[in-house]
Amino acid sequence: MGEFRMPSLGADMDAGTLAAWRVKPGDLVARGAVVADVETDKGVVEVEIWEGGVIDALVVAPGTKVPVGTVLATLRPSGSEAVVASPPATAAAPARVLASPSAKQLARDRGVDIALVRGTGPHGAITREDVERAADSAPSVTPSAPPPAIAPVAMSARVAPPDGAAMRRAIAAAMTRSKREIPHYYLSAELDVEAAQRWLLAHNAGRSVTERVLFAALLLKATALAALEVPEVNGWYVEGAYQPASAVHLGVAISMRSGGLIAPALRDAQARSLDATQAALRDLVARVRAGRLRSSELTDATLTVTSLGEAGVDSVFGVIYPPQVALVGFGRVGERPRASGGMLGVRSVVTATLSADHRVSDGHRGAVFLRAIETLLQQPEKL
Amino acid sequence: MTQGVAPARKTTYREAVRAALREALQRDPRVLLMGEEVGAYGGSYACSLGLLEEFGPDRVRDTPLSESAFVGMGIGAAMGGLRPIVEIMTVNFSLLALDQLLNNAATLRHMSGGQVGVPLVVRMATGAGKQVAAQHSHSLENFYAHIPGLKVLAPATLEDARGMLWTALEDPDPVILFEHTMLYGLEGELAADAGPVPIDRAAVRRPGKDVTLVAYGGTVGKAMDAARALAEQRVDAEVIDLRTLRPLDDATLLASVAKTHRAVVVDEGWRTGGLAGEICARLAERAFYDLDAPLARVCTAEVPIPYAKHLEDAALPQVEGIVQAALGAVARHG
Repeated sequence: MGEFRMPSLGADMDAGTLAAWRVKPGDLVARGAVVADVETDKGVVEVEIWEGGVIDALVVAPGTKVPVGTVLATLRPSGSEAVVASPPATAAAPARVLASPSAKQLARDRGVDIALVRGTGPHGAITREDVERAADSAPSVTPSAPPPAIAPVAMSARVAPPDGAAMRRAIAAAMTRSKREIPHYYLSAELDVEAAQRWLLAHNAGRSVTERVLFAALLLKATALAALEVPEVNGWYVEGAYQPASAVHLGVAISMRSGGLIAPALRDAQARSLDATQAALRDLVARVRAGRLRSSELTDATLTVTSLGEAGVDSVFGVIYPPQVALVGFGRVGERPRASGGMLGVRSVVTATLSADHRVSDGHRGAVFLRAIETLLQQPEKL
Repeated sequence: MTQGVAPARKTTYREAVRAALREALQRDPRVLLMGEEVGAYGGSYACSLGLLEEFGPDRVRDTPLSESAFVGMGIGAAMGGLRPIVEIMTVNFSLLALDQLLNNAATLRHMSGGQVGVPLVVRMATGAGKQVAAQHSHSLENFYAHIPGLKVLAPATLEDARGMLWTALEDPDPVILFEHTMLYGLEGELAADAGPVPIDRAAVRRPGKDVTLVAYGGTVGKAMDAARALAEQRVDAEVIDLRTLRPLDDATLLASVAKTHRAVVVDEGWRTGGLAGEICARLAERAFYDLDAPLARVCTAEVPIPYAKHLEDAALPQVEGIVQAALGAVARHG
């Protein structure tokens, strides 16, 4: 009998309110399906389930606040007749990854996500050799499943917008922890984006307003690709050890109209086209405003990007969101005088900053990372 | 291991055992050999042929057919200051003396608060393959390897047959030596000056990198044959000869598995509750994160050893079974 528990949707969450159920007893659910709405200090979150099966019983009633880890519903293995409720997000996945202990250890040591490795050993188990092959093929982009479709199920209950004081408390807890635990270092570099600006102008020409790609999408994509080159900025620092991530899930800092800030993950940012990045960004902003984020988006980010250029600032030195190890800031994109080859010219530039965790990387690697972003932006057509 | 610089000469395991007995009787007047038919008959496996004539009935003594009595006598002699070597015809018969060995030999140092030691050496034949059926063919080494207070040895080579006895005699506590009946006829070269060898460590008989084959006594040769067959299939097997079954040399086992990440344990004992299981448990406990495939055991079928040749062969670990187990451990699918 499986159990679906109140998830932790952030380092600072210790309880949540079950706002609404999206399923009922007897429903067949697939791994990755949205099964409930949970209200946290940061708003209402659509919570996915990570085990497939048939909903046996709903244990907690809507409107109830329970600690993280509380059983919300019980599951039984599928097989009995049942009605398909939530659309299957992905094909039902096996309950666990079959991998040898040594392969798992090696995957931890080399920062390989074992879920993405194809097993060739006995019974299809993942062996050391499989992990080595996967590690050697990095940092090539890891193909990932398409993002799960949003369940076409109307919210069954309207929930009050999050209480501003609660969100303030959540931000305070996370940022205090960050400044207490993470030895930040900061770098700043002015990036020449003249070529990127020109290319974007041509790319958007003739497109309707909703089809246009914003410059932010280029910055996100370049950041994601640069993070593949410098894995020390993309991952989590957990229990005294750094775990680099194989995919880049960019936390995109989004201001909320009601005040406060949230940084949901734009998943697999390294693998999306610019148009797809733009679409995902638009979708994320819309859902932040509507209070419709998914639990995985709140917990999966591996590197955060914040842009305050539109607010008129030249540069932003951010505070890292634990357990991540770096944060990239972009300031205002604008024309500035630049000397080059003995001549003074007017170029489009943006100031990029990096706040990074000195336990994991040093300034030199941080500099390589910022330089990589600039280099990538010189060939925007390849992003 | 003592490697003689003197020229090697051709000999057999049986002759190496006899040479070790002769050396012990010559070097230490406290040493005596006793057991069923060790004297006039020359030993049921002819290991002591000629020793009665050479050393006389005080040093080489036939005993009544009572394992409990003559092992008990050996314990008493050891407590009294002698260095007896007791031969038991087969491990099956040693069960009649298990009380003496467990409750007295292995225990007296503890029970006397360290005042009384039992420097006894017991040699016995073990194992199947000679069609002597279910009362003379079993491998019960694990019964003795279970007992604290004993050391248990399994010489599998001419060097060990020649060299382990003297080292065992020098031990202040009881030592059991298991000689596999199929090894007595083993032929090979042995340095003319071969002598005592250490009894506290396993030996890597063949280095390899893909899979570790753990064996002892009568299965070492089969594991070596399996390694040669595996080499033809481009699987590089490492063969470990345990040599000492108690205490086990964990360090050598762990170092090997840290290198190969796979292990197959070959044991002529029965699978359930056996030494192979003990070794697998140690690897699971201490080498878990080194393992890249499930551990495998090749043991004797859980039947009384059959008399019929084809059934006896089918019941015992064989080269083909070891090869298959090793291939299973290194298997690649897809």
